Amino acid sequence: MKTKSSVTFTAYLLLLPALALMAVFTFYPVLYGSYLGFTEYTAANLGSNTPPKWVGLENFRTVISDELFRIGLLNSLKYLIIVPILQMASLAAAVLVNRQIPGIALFRAAYYVPVITSITLAAVMWDWVFTREGLLNYVLEFFKLIDPSGSFGWLLNPNTALWAIMLVTFWRGFGYYMVLYLGGLQSIPLELEEAALLDGANAWQRFWQITVPLMRPTILLCSLLSSLAAIRVLEEILVFTNGGPLNSTYTVLMYVYQKSFGLDFNYGVASAAGLLLAVVGFILSYINFRITREDAPKRGAKA
Amino acid sequence: MKTRVAPFKALNLGLTYVLLITIGLFAVFPFLWTFAISITDKTVASGVSIFDFPQSLFPKAITFNNFIEVYRVFGLEKYLLNSVIISFATVLGTLLVSAMAAYPLSKMVFPGRDLIFGAMLATLVLPSETNFIVNVLTLNKIGLLGTYWGVVIPTIATAFGIFIMRQTYMAVPDSLLEAARIDGATEFQILWRIMIPLSRPALTALGIFTLVNTWNSYFWPSVALLGADNLQPLSVAMLKLKGQFNHDSFNVAAGAMIMMIPVLIVFVAAQRLFMRGLEGAVK
Repeated sequence: MKTKSSVTFTAYLLLLPALALMAVFTFYPVLYGSYLGFTEYTAANLGSNTPPKWVGLENFRTVISDELFRIGLLNSLKYLIIVPILQMASLAAAVLVNRQIPGIALFRAAYYVPVITSITLAAVMWDWVFTREGLLNYVLEFFKLIDPSGSFGWLLNPNTALWAIMLVTFWRGFGYYMVLYLGGLQSIPLELEEAALLDGANAWQRFWQITVPLMRPTILLCSLLSSLAAIRVLEEILVFTNGGPLNSTYTVLMYVYQKSFGLDFNYGVASAAGLLLAVVGFILSYINFRITREDAPKRGAKA
Repeated sequence: MKTRVAPFKALNLGLTYVLLITIGLFAVFPFLWTFAISITDKTVASGVSIFDFPQSLFPKAITFNNFIEVYRVFGLEKYLLNSVIISFATVLGTLLVSAMAAYPLSKMVFPGRDLIFGAMLATLVLPSETNFIVNVLTLNKIGLLGTYWGVVIPTIATAFGIFIMRQTYMAVPDSLLEAARIDGATEFQILWRIMIPLSRPALTALGIFTLVNTWNSYFWPSVALLGADNLQPLSVAMLKLKGQFNHDSFNVAAGAMIMMIPVLIVFVAAQRLFMRGLEGAVK
């Protein structure tokens, strides 16, 4: 008969690799990173092997008064515009492919391919779309939407660069959220749709009056995921514009990256900026949960 | 009545397909175009430009020379090998760590179990976007910065992997384990001989997701391999390729296809897995 303590020992032995790795590379960075935000700690400290020096809120004052950070924060918040567009398009796409018609699996798969495309490859391919003589300008000129003489490279123009990158985020995201919505749609009882159909509701009415209300929990969850991803946008920026032109695509995480390893090697200031971004993330999550909670009784009353 | 409905239905279906194809083109045109560029024979006398629409989408002369050239001139095999090593080490590590940790969390009773599982799930909501700073400092301290290990080790213990494996183990009947225990099997033997063989579909799924994610990942390998350019995976080196062959988009396109084709093969083979939204359920 095995004793209780030997079971416990075996259990912890099996858990050891996971626990040790998570402790060092997941939990410790959150704690130590938060601590670093309140200290002076740079590459010079690494060289001379001196520990971080506590400076209180000084890094936060530095960050907030730094114009670059404010530009970054503004651009990260601007990136949130993608969220409603992406979510509505994904939900509509999910409704569209949630039909049993020939070849539908092929379309679903095709819509998912951008999701499994590396951001580096996206950068290679979309650069050719956005460049001055690229595909986007060709299409716009073909439909006489722009004048060839005034054409420009979309990633080189401060007025359009961020929007162009958002288009790529949209392209890589809509298949991902479509699959999540598809899962939700398949749990909507078919009778409901049929009843509405009998009542003479058209596709547009069915979408807004049945699908959207019933999918509300999924929509809120996806919107939260999408919002958090939007304010944390970094990889797209790094591979397309590196924050330019004229800082028009400079985001908060770009600031964190440049302050830490990109340019400055000032880990204290970078961590402080990261903490401020985490606060923005928490505010967004809180708003989302408030909406979800307010939503619950209302739906109960209706039913 | 029937005659009135039928044409309307046909029109509706037709419009649906037009819409489906339009969105489909939006999703895949970059691949079609890049593929077309990669097999275009750029040596034809009249000269070709990738921006010569719509011809550049339908190459007249086809060649595989771009693939050979990018492979030889850029030394693509080095980066391809790095990608393979990093991806497979990450997959193996993730499967091992997750399969081991999930067993006690699902089938053993011991003090602290719920607390540990709760803490692991909490990592899903912890703000992790700036973890890379401390992780690079840690790797630097233990001398793993700029090595394969440094890229792989911080990424293998994930709540996602452990959660997936735990869900699968939960479905294994306790009576099976009890029988094995009565026969004198140790917990390690049970894990190795019963749990892991029974959870092969879940291990495959987790392995495939991890493989695709690692193969594609850009930011983490680029900071963990800062200054160790010769260890970079394709996903990082690709941007260099773009810089180096700026004048020769045909080679860049060929390099891009070399990186994309393995992912596409895995995706086509395991399509159902991705479409189930398994990943999204936890992410």
